[in-house]
Formats: sequence, C-alpha cells, structure tokens
Amino acid sequence: MSVVEIKGVTKTFAQGNVTALENIDLELEPGEFVSLIGPSGCGKSTLLRIIGDLTPPTSGTVTVNGKPAKQARGDGDYGIVFQDAVLFDWRTVAKNIALPLEMLGWDRDKRKARVETMLDLVELRSFAEHHPWQLSGGMQQRVSIARALAFEPALLLMDEPFGALDEMTRERLNLELLSIWEKLGSTVVFVTHSISEAVFLSTRVVVMSPRPGRIAGHVAVDLPFPRTVETREEPRFFELVTQVRELLRKRGEHLLPEEAAELL
Amino acid sequence: MRRAREWAPALVVFVFVIAVWEGSISAFHIQQFLLPRPSEIVKTFWTARHTLWPAGWYTFKEALGGFFIGSALGMVTATVVGRFKNFGTAIMPIAIAANAVPIIAFAPIFGAWFGEVSPHSKIAVAAVLCFLPVMVNTLRGLSSANPRQIELMRSYAASELEIWRRVRVPTALPFVFTALKVASVLAMIGAIVGEYFGGAFNALGVLINSDAQIFDFVTAWAGILVASLLGLALYGAVAGTERLVVRWAPDTRGA
Repeated sequence: MSVVEIKGVTKTFAQGNVTALENIDLELEPGEFVSLIGPSGCGKSTLLRIIGDLTPPTSGTVTVNGKPAKQARGDGDYGIVFQDAVLFDWRTVAKNIALPLEMLGWDRDKRKARVETMLDLVELRSFAEHHPWQLSGGMQQRVSIARALAFEPALLLMDEPFGALDEMTRERLNLELLSIWEKLGSTVVFVTHSISEAVFLSTRVVVMSPRPGRIAGHVAVDLPFPRTVETREEPRFFELVTQVRELLRKRGEHLLPEEAAELL
Repeated sequence: MRRAREWAPALVVFVFVIAVWEGSISAFHIQQFLLPRPSEIVKTFWTARHTLWPAGWYTFKEALGGFFIGSALGMVTATVVGRFKNFGTAIMPIAIAANAVPIIAFAPIFGAWFGEVSPHSKIAVAAVLCFLPVMVNTLRGLSSANPRQIELMRSYAASELEIWRRVRVPTALPFVFTALKVASVLAMIGAIVGEYFGGAFNALGVLINSDAQIFDFVTAWAGILVASLLGLALYGAVAGTERLVVRWAPDTRGA
C-alpha cells in the first residue's frame, strides 16, 4: 500500500485566479525519500500542505496511509518540519519535543522516555532544559526534526527545512537527517530548491515546473547508502544532478531569468 | 553583584539630583512653600505618618480595586473580541478613539454617578483608565500568534481551544504584562486625581489637595512621596509577577 497517493490534484487560488497545481498524480511507497524540486511558484510547498491537509485541494483526492488526508491528520499520521524551526519560546527544548506527545495524550513517563530518545537522536541531550532562543539556527532545526519524529509518524513532511541555514550547517544536517531516516525508516517528502541537496538525500527526485504547477519528471536516485561526504564527489552524483538540472531547464524555458538563475 | 552594577548608575543619578535639590534651596534661598527641601519632605513623611500612611493605604485600595476590575474587564473583552472577528472590527476603531479621550476629565461626572465621597467613583476612574490599554494590548497579543505555530497545532488536529491555550495565550502574555505595568501606574493616578474632586477626609488625594490649599506644601509633598512609593510598589508587584509567569521570554531578562 502506498503511504501517499495523490490523484488528479488541482489547486487554484481565488485571489488573482492563479493555478498553483494542475492535475498532479503522485504515489509514495513506504520508506521512500522523495524530494519535490522546482522554481518558486511551481506549487511544491502547496502540494506538501495539501498532503498534510493544511490546505484543501480544489479538486482531486489525497490519501495518506490509505485514509483521506483529513482523517490521517486527525490520527497523527505525519510529522511536519517548516523552513523556520517554529519552536515555542515558552517551552524548553524537551517540552517542545514533547508537544505532539501531549497532544496525543501520552502520559508523563512515556513522554519523558521518548523525549530522551529523541534528544539522543539529534544529539541535543545537554540542551534539554534550554529555551529555543538560546540555540543556534541549526540546533533549533534539529529540535524541530526531533519534534516531528517524536511520535514515530509513518510520514515526515519537510518544507525547505534547511533553506535558512548556512551551507556547512546544511550539509551536516543533511547527513544527520539521512542517518535518522535510515534508523527510523519513515517515508519522507522533502521540498527544496537545491538540486544537490535533493539528489544527495533522496531515493527519488520529483521535478516540478511552474505556472501551472506540474510534475515535469521523476529522477530515480540510485546512489548507494549510507551516503557520506564523499557521495557528493562521485561521478554518478554529478550525472544525477545534471539529469535533474536538464529536466528543470527543459521545462523551464518560460521561466523568469531570476527563477532560472536560482536553479543553477 | 551584577545586579548592583546595573543599579549603581541610577542610584548615583538619584543621589545627585537630591543633593542638587537640597543644595540649591540653600544657595538660592528658595522659599519653603515653593519647593521644600527633600530632607524636610522625608521628615514630614515620618512625623505625619499617622494621617498620611493610612490615607495612602485607603487610596491604594481604591487604585487596586480599579486596577483589578479594569484589567480583568480589558482582558475578558479582548478575549471575546479576539474570538469573534466581526465584533472586533466593529469595536476596535471605537476602542482606539476612546483611548485618545482624556478619561481623567470624566472624574467629576463619575463623582456624580457613584457618589462624590464614596471610594466607588475613584475605583471607577481607575478602572476605566486601566481598561483600554489592557484591552488593546491583550487583543494585539492574542492576534500576534505565529501562523506557522497555529498550522503546526492543526497538523496535530488541535482544537481551537487547544490552539488558544497553547499558542495564543502564551504569545499574548508579554503584551498583557506590558499593559498591566502601564495600568498599575494609571490606577494610582486615577484614584488620586479622582479624590481631588472630592472624597473621604482620610484619602490621600484629598489630603494633598487640602494641604496645598492651606499652603502646607511640605505635607503635600510628603503625600506625593507616599503616593509614589505605593505606585512603585504596585508596579513592582506586577513586574515581579511577570518575572514569575513569563520566565521564558528573552526580553524580560535585564529589562
């Protein structure tokens, strides 16, 4: 059974009569790490939000774990990470990670044990009692990932989670994310506009084109796991990056110059 | 130790101002009734303690009553207004316009409504003074929740009540306390000025007013000192509560 099944999803925004997404079909198998990549305005974030039932589609259906997206949201079937860490300043790191567990009604002892596991996973154990504003941007995002994974959702939705971080932090978190993913085996939908990040992380890259948002093509990433710093230097890595770039360029002839530049 | 260093400059300035005050009265032969010496004021603060201090306490209770009633009404109104958007759009322009009205001008009218001598009219003035800043700030606080945080809560299938409790209220708290600190000062002003238009014979505003009329300015100044100390106490109590409740906020540290 697919973890996510998107059928004929179209999204138009009444304001300005914009078609953000047109007739999207996409299926995600369990354990896949799928990146959605495309220039601004291709609807990749909108698609992610539709999967999470945070925005309704204008038409079409989305099922998550075989259930309608709305029910899946109610059942806590996915965790989500935004571009900003979106932590609650009034909660400590530990309490931030415990938030979804509180919402799911876990008792105190169970919450405590899980929070400790998650703190170890993202290597922030000694920061449990700190407040978010005492942490660096990269650490905050790790807390956000720990929170999203705390209740072991089958699906992890990530909306440009490392977009606001510097290059070095970003590459380190890429590695950390992969090792977490390999440990937990969740299915991941990862929105990004970095080609190398998409190729490095994913088992499959879904390339999207804008106005209206459509799927331009899929690139299966056959780089072996575990991926390391050296992976980025392999010839196969460059081939795949080129393949994604070509797809973006072919579909992107009508791109605005700055959108095209963003992808190169 | 760090605290002492933070307070030291203010203390130095304070001592300096008092010294200049004291010194210039001797140097320029300023008449006692125009500006009494600080040492005289402090002396009267002590010698007249049997009238001034109970009067201060009486007025402080009025201010406190007005502070609690006005602030509570402000918070409740903001909560209701924040919940119903249409009501909010109807009431906000009026609230902002009302904020510009010099409410203290209503003091004689409140005297007519709630009894000129009765403490109720002073409580009313203080309450009305406190109400608007608390309401406007609470409303601003409740509506400045981060939309992403709300979205995150929705991803957990949180109800509106849950979002209110776990996101909106904690976000609003620093705003509310800022308003409460302003209100604590306004409450004391409201009670004293209310008493200038008439009140019980043992009320601080009445005493200051009558002492000034009989040219007993030293006692009037001592009364003002009592009022200031009580105003500071109320402000300090609110600020202390803020430190306890909003322990997490990065900007309450050292501010």
